[in-house]
Amino acid sequence: MVTTTFSREEILGWLSDVPDPEIPVLSITDLGIVRDVTVTDEVVVDLTPTYSGCPATEVIEKSVVDTLHDHGIEDVSINRVLSPPWTTDWISPQGRDKLREYGIAPPAEGGSKRELLYGKRTIACPRCTSIDTEIVSEFGSTACKASYKCKNCLEPFEYFKCI
Amino acid sequence: MNKDQALLAYVARLGDNALILGQRMVEVVAAYPELEEELANANFALDYIGQARMFYTYAGELEGKGRGEDDFAFLREENEFQNYLLIEQPNGHFGDSITKLVLFDAFYLLLLEALTNCSDQRVAEIAARAEKEIRYHLRHNTQWLVRLGDGTEESHARVRASVDNLWQYTGELFVADAIDQIFADAFAGPDLDAIHAAWRSQLKSIFDAANLAMPADDWMASGGKQGRHTEHLGYLIAEMQYLQRAYPGASW
Repeated sequence: MVTTTFSREEILGWLSDVPDPEIPVLSITDLGIVRDVTVTDEVVVDLTPTYSGCPATEVIEKSVVDTLHDHGIEDVSINRVLSPPWTTDWISPQGRDKLREYGIAPPAEGGSKRELLYGKRTIACPRCTSIDTEIVSEFGSTACKASYKCKNCLEPFEYFKCI
Repeated sequence: MNKDQALLAYVARLGDNALILGQRMVEVVAAYPELEEELANANFALDYIGQARMFYTYAGELEGKGRGEDDFAFLREENEFQNYLLIEQPNGHFGDSITKLVLFDAFYLLLLEALTNCSDQRVAEIAARAEKEIRYHLRHNTQWLVRLGDGTEESHARVRASVDNLWQYTGELFVADAIDQIFADAFAGPDLDAIHAAWRSQLKSIFDAANLAMPADDWMASGGKQGRHTEHLGYLIAEMQYLQRAYPGASW
């Protein structure tokens, strides 16, 4: 089979060019949803959905298959992995930098269950880095973001919620 | 009923609850009082529908007759759905919807937490995924209930009426039937008595903050888990299934 001539690392490199459809500045590897790649007679990509109802899941799966087809790999299958469930802690450090540059405050790391239910977080403005910010809405343009505004530079911004 | 049958029925019920609640919320998409809540409602509905898809897909595999998620959602009759009566109740006004979601999500979160420890791996995995979402829903809806209950005279009176009306549908959440019992015994499933106690104490603190009294446990409606529904479910099902009934097999 032709596919066996490709290495896992090579394939992961190509996948790092596949954008997340909702936040195209992030790749799916930045987002941490590519759990593994196995190369045998075929290539199996393990993907973890972010939210149960994430409408991007099918789009992402199709982009992965298309990307590998473009690189000459015919036999590709997607394995949806539910466990352990995706967490924003899996967003890579480069991913966090890209989010900030894009104007989205990256998620805080390592929230406890109780904090997630009742806690209050300090979110820094991605533009001027002031922590004098306030929440406008728990929900922004997508399920994974909340809307904030900065009281220092007066710019509105989005916060990638911690889950 | 053996344990395999109980597992299938239990998983299908989890799917029914998620789907019916999600569909209910979809009814008010584009009709919410303000944009932020509009987005919250639509996003919550998506989470429930996503959970329903995972539960139904698994139920189809357990059944082994080639049925998939769409067969469970679109090609079953009203009395085959075994969701709780609480979640099929109409949306009503904003306070009604928020109250219903707090009553249900406080229970559902405890149930999912318990299910993450059950011995069926797939159920535990789906529950672990869903639990994170429901924690966020509960946080959001609790803030609203407190705001409404502890708000103006008008908002307080209306949300108190919502609680009084919906309370009668909470009883069946905690009454184990044969399916719950066999699932609990065979798969280390949830202990509904323990969940009831935890739910009461959590609601008590939410209601205290919202300046609302805990209603008395009076007469309780039941039957949803056995497929005996209030008159509201039929209309929901009719709308949800219209396309597949009118054009069988239609697909995107």
